Amino acid sequence: MSDIAKLETELLSAVGAAKDEAALEAVRVSALGKSGLVSALLKTLGAMTPDERKAKGPAINGLKERITTEIAARKDALGMAALDARLASETVDVTLPTRETPAELGRVHPISQVIDELTAIFADMGFAVAEGPDIETDDYNFTKLNFPEGHPAREMHDTFYFPPKPDGSRLLLRTHTSPVQVRTMLTQKPPIRVIIPGRTYRSDSDQTHTPMFHQVEGLVIDKTSHLGHLKWILEEFCKAFFEVDSVNMRFRPSFFPFTEPSMEVDIQCRRDKGEIRFGEGTDWLEILGCGMVHPNVLRNCGLDPDEYQGFAWGMGIDRIAMLKYGINDLRAFFEADVRWLSHYGFRPLDFPTLAGGLSA
Amino acid sequence: MKFTLSWLKEHFDTVASLDEIVDKLTMIGLEVERVEDKAKEFEAFKVAQIITAEQHPNADRLRVCTVDNGTGTPLQIVCGAPNARAGLKTVLGLPGTYIPAKDITLAVGKIRGVESQGMMISGAEIGFSSDSDGIIELPADAPIGKPFAEVLGLNEPVIEINLTPNRSDCTSVNGIARDLGATLIGDYKENAPKRIAGTFPCPVKVTLDFGATHPLCPAFGLRLVRGVKNGPSPDWLQKRLTAIGLRPINALVDITNYITFDRGRPLHVFDAKKVKGNLTVRRAVNGETLKALDGKTYTLDAAMCVIADEKGVESLAGIMGGEESGCDENTIDVLIESALWDAVNIAQTGRKLGINTDARYRFERGVDPNFMIPGLDLATQMVIDLCGGEASEAVIAGDPTPKETIIDFPLSELPRLAGVKLSPVEIRRTLERLGFFAAGSGERIKVAVPSWRPDVHGRADIVEELVRIVGVDKVPSTPFPSGPDARKPVLTPIQVRTRKAKRALAARGLTEAVTWSFVSKREAELFGGGKPELALANPIAAELSDMRPSLLASLILSAQRNADRGYADVALFEVGQIFKGDKPEDQFTAASGVRRGLAKADGIGRHWSSAPKPVDVFDAKADAFAVLAAAGAPMQALQVVPGGPVWFHPGRSGTIQIGPQNILGHFGEMHPRILAALKADGPLAGFEVILENLPAAKAKPTRAKPLLELAAFQPVERDFAFVVESKVKAADIARAAQNVDKKLIVGVTVFDVYEGTGIEPGKKSVAIAVTIQPREKTMTDQEIDALAAKIVTEVGKRTGGALRG
Repeated sequence: MSDIAKLETELLSAVGAAKDEAALEAVRVSALGKSGLVSALLKTLGAMTPDERKAKGPAINGLKERITTEIAARKDALGMAALDARLASETVDVTLPTRETPAELGRVHPISQVIDELTAIFADMGFAVAEGPDIETDDYNFTKLNFPEGHPAREMHDTFYFPPKPDGSRLLLRTHTSPVQVRTMLTQKPPIRVIIPGRTYRSDSDQTHTPMFHQVEGLVIDKTSHLGHLKWILEEFCKAFFEVDSVNMRFRPSFFPFTEPSMEVDIQCRRDKGEIRFGEGTDWLEILGCGMVHPNVLRNCGLDPDEYQGFAWGMGIDRIAMLKYGINDLRAFFEADVRWLSHYGFRPLDFPTLAGGLSA
Repeated sequence: MKFTLSWLKEHFDTVASLDEIVDKLTMIGLEVERVEDKAKEFEAFKVAQIITAEQHPNADRLRVCTVDNGTGTPLQIVCGAPNARAGLKTVLGLPGTYIPAKDITLAVGKIRGVESQGMMISGAEIGFSSDSDGIIELPADAPIGKPFAEVLGLNEPVIEINLTPNRSDCTSVNGIARDLGATLIGDYKENAPKRIAGTFPCPVKVTLDFGATHPLCPAFGLRLVRGVKNGPSPDWLQKRLTAIGLRPINALVDITNYITFDRGRPLHVFDAKKVKGNLTVRRAVNGETLKALDGKTYTLDAAMCVIADEKGVESLAGIMGGEESGCDENTIDVLIESALWDAVNIAQTGRKLGINTDARYRFERGVDPNFMIPGLDLATQMVIDLCGGEASEAVIAGDPTPKETIIDFPLSELPRLAGVKLSPVEIRRTLERLGFFAAGSGERIKVAVPSWRPDVHGRADIVEELVRIVGVDKVPSTPFPSGPDARKPVLTPIQVRTRKAKRALAARGLTEAVTWSFVSKREAELFGGGKPELALANPIAAELSDMRPSLLASLILSAQRNADRGYADVALFEVGQIFKGDKPEDQFTAASGVRRGLAKADGIGRHWSSAPKPVDVFDAKADAFAVLAAAGAPMQALQVVPGGPVWFHPGRSGTIQIGPQNILGHFGEMHPRILAALKADGPLAGFEVILENLPAAKAKPTRAKPLLELAAFQPVERDFAFVVESKVKAADIARAAQNVDKKLIVGVTVFDVYEGTGIEPGKKSVAIAVTIQPREKTMTDQEIDALAAKIVTEVGKRTGGALRG
């Protein structure tokens, strides 16, 4: 074996034996450094005759190339191994739980969600949202709505009153959202289309009544809207709200002082283990009250009942939320129990839209 | 309003089934609440007789009875009722019987060591009546072993109507039959009472005496029937009254009750022997008293109407008679009263005295004035038929004739308001079957309203009558065009802020609560409220007495309740109304939240990734700012001033404002005294933002966003650490740095605050990073150093801070 071949064997074995990049660098310096063995061989070429050079040159250059290549390959391999080792040392327990996203934890109350749903449905039909104060006058809550002084219909509302003023008048907590109808008619020129969601109060408390609850009512005033339109709107609303293809409704004549004719509306349903399914079954469930705005109410609000007409309806937001989402206890709505709110509440990004589905 | 089917059929000729009648009633606005069949419901409960009743050996209040239930083997039953006595016929429930009203099944059991083989029952125990004072007492001739309901004659369905307050005409079986008759499922039978002339003058005169005051009695009819024999009323009458839950008393009283329900005509009977002299109908004198038929004594005032004789008040007009002049088995001469009363006055008197009677119920809704005299005749006839006797002529004071209501009704009103057309023939027929009188032909008719329909005043009422009777089903559902404004936004700025605030807070991990708008007086006072004008006069409970001045009290209490249930780390919010006064403009929309325990915004509860940190003022501040940002507040303009209302920790709270005049909200850790007062414990941090106080967004002609200007040169960041007095506010350091060059300095952030080793006591190190954005050209090192030097000088001047060495 020639000296070159021997050197090559030795160097290759040294490269292969290098355990880390430092050892490899030592090998490189010993071979290819300024005073390295291969560099020394290369230097001998200058002193050679052309023939000698022709004979040895390729061998020495070949040696240099192969050693260089081998060192580079070994360096890559060592680098990879070092990285692998580092990564291995960085291993964590990926089964550790992460923090839950706040947006997944937070909840919007069913009442807020249902108000947003109602708004989406009625905005699409051209309704604005009107609001008014919770503390009302007797005039707006009763008298202007055609509840005559001393009329037994006033007793149907268990009213919360405030202490009498020096002039004998008493403010009260609105017993329904209807005073906002009055406020709307007194301040806006027809055509009027509004829905009025809000808190209402009656001094009543048992399994199905709470002293505070939520109502939404609708009001349409123009020169042509009649009972047929009212029926259509309520049918469309029920389909959209309960997200069913069809719903069977029953309009029963009833009495409210502020509408004439007045009706209560039942929807057909099937009760199935605490769940209520609409659009099927044989039960009737009362859901809302409605009617044509009473001529006296129009007059009280400065509108001529021979020129203007319209209708109104009202329902319990809490009630329709219970029906839609299978909630069985009204009182729980106001108890702020996080277990209940987490279960029946809605994720903040689940914003109801008609395009995306109200509860999709 | 309750009645039986057979009673209805006395006024209504029909072949319709019970179900059809019930459906029809509901569909014409006489909503059937329920149809109860007591015979069926109480089938299992049978007549039994107590043979012996001995003292229970181990219990003072119990008796051990032997009871005959007709099987031949007497049962041993332990009973605690005070009226359990030998010989009593009562009602027995055997073991295995299910009681729906109580959801229990009777079983054989031992009561204080003595076996009891069944249960003798009170009315309340099985939901038969409200009587819970003792076991049911049955007549001595009740056949043992028979279902007791059958024995009481309750063997047919009772229909109960949930009557709306406008339909005074349907407070009677007769009126209901008339209404049903209009629907064509049967024919109304008009059983007009026979006129009775009387054979002698009525010896008692009647004067209506209201002086100059508003008269409370438009008319009053009276008649004497002499020589009657009062006693139990006949079986059919007793059964009819029992079926609808009335207790038969004696024939004379039963007749008045019967006519009240049959015709909606309340009457009163006086024992003529107990009435002294003539009758005066007048206002009560303040302080006058009456011992009424319910055994209670009422003190009256001049707002109330009474019937008095020469001794004093004998009857509370239209509401309840007096005990003294009441009729009993010894009554021989009876005075029958049929009168009209002021409806509002009856309602007020009844309410004031707390008396609810069948008479009041009808008079306050309005009775048919034209039936005052026929009602008197009908009662007279029934008295003569059932008790014998001879009737006097009637005395009529005042005039019952009502003012006639005539409505000018264009037939076009029906399609205009109801969207449905009916033929003129159908319109007339429907109205006439309801008792209206329609005159004229063609497109406009005149409609006379019958005297029993005081609720009908105008055209809309006529439309209602027609729609009601032909059925709302006949009104075609008509598409409602969504109108010219259909694509415009419909929410007001406050509504938009409200919904954005809710979503923003929920997105920060808070849970939305909806709490009562009222709190206790003490809670209101703790949060700056408690004004007398915001305290309810009739709160439903003491802890719900005052309108809330803030949402925080309820939220803190709610958080505590959750903590008490084992959920210590809760984050709750509410967006809702608060009240600073009783005017509409004093009502504000607050967005408030509380975080308790470890309910931090970046994660609730303990977690392996970091040491547990309780909530603090900065969590509340971040929530408040999140609401403000979501609701569209101008964030650059907001200032934070240390301190807040007294319910916050004075050193760990802040006020968010745009100048001292416009406070948008507060945040902070709750004051320990407030927590102690609410019996809550912390750590607890909260905030309150008033959504109305945000400045309105400027109206913009387009929706285009401002042009984006991208700087051509790289920004440079320089860090500074200043040592300042501990009390110096970080915001002042940042503002001082910012103010050095508002154009070049585009951002200042505080990235470190340090107190401790290396820093003199009483001082702190505040490190800020200043971002410099070169505008026209790249800045040289000298230029940047010069700016940095200015920053150091300015901060030093404003805050006394020196660059940390």
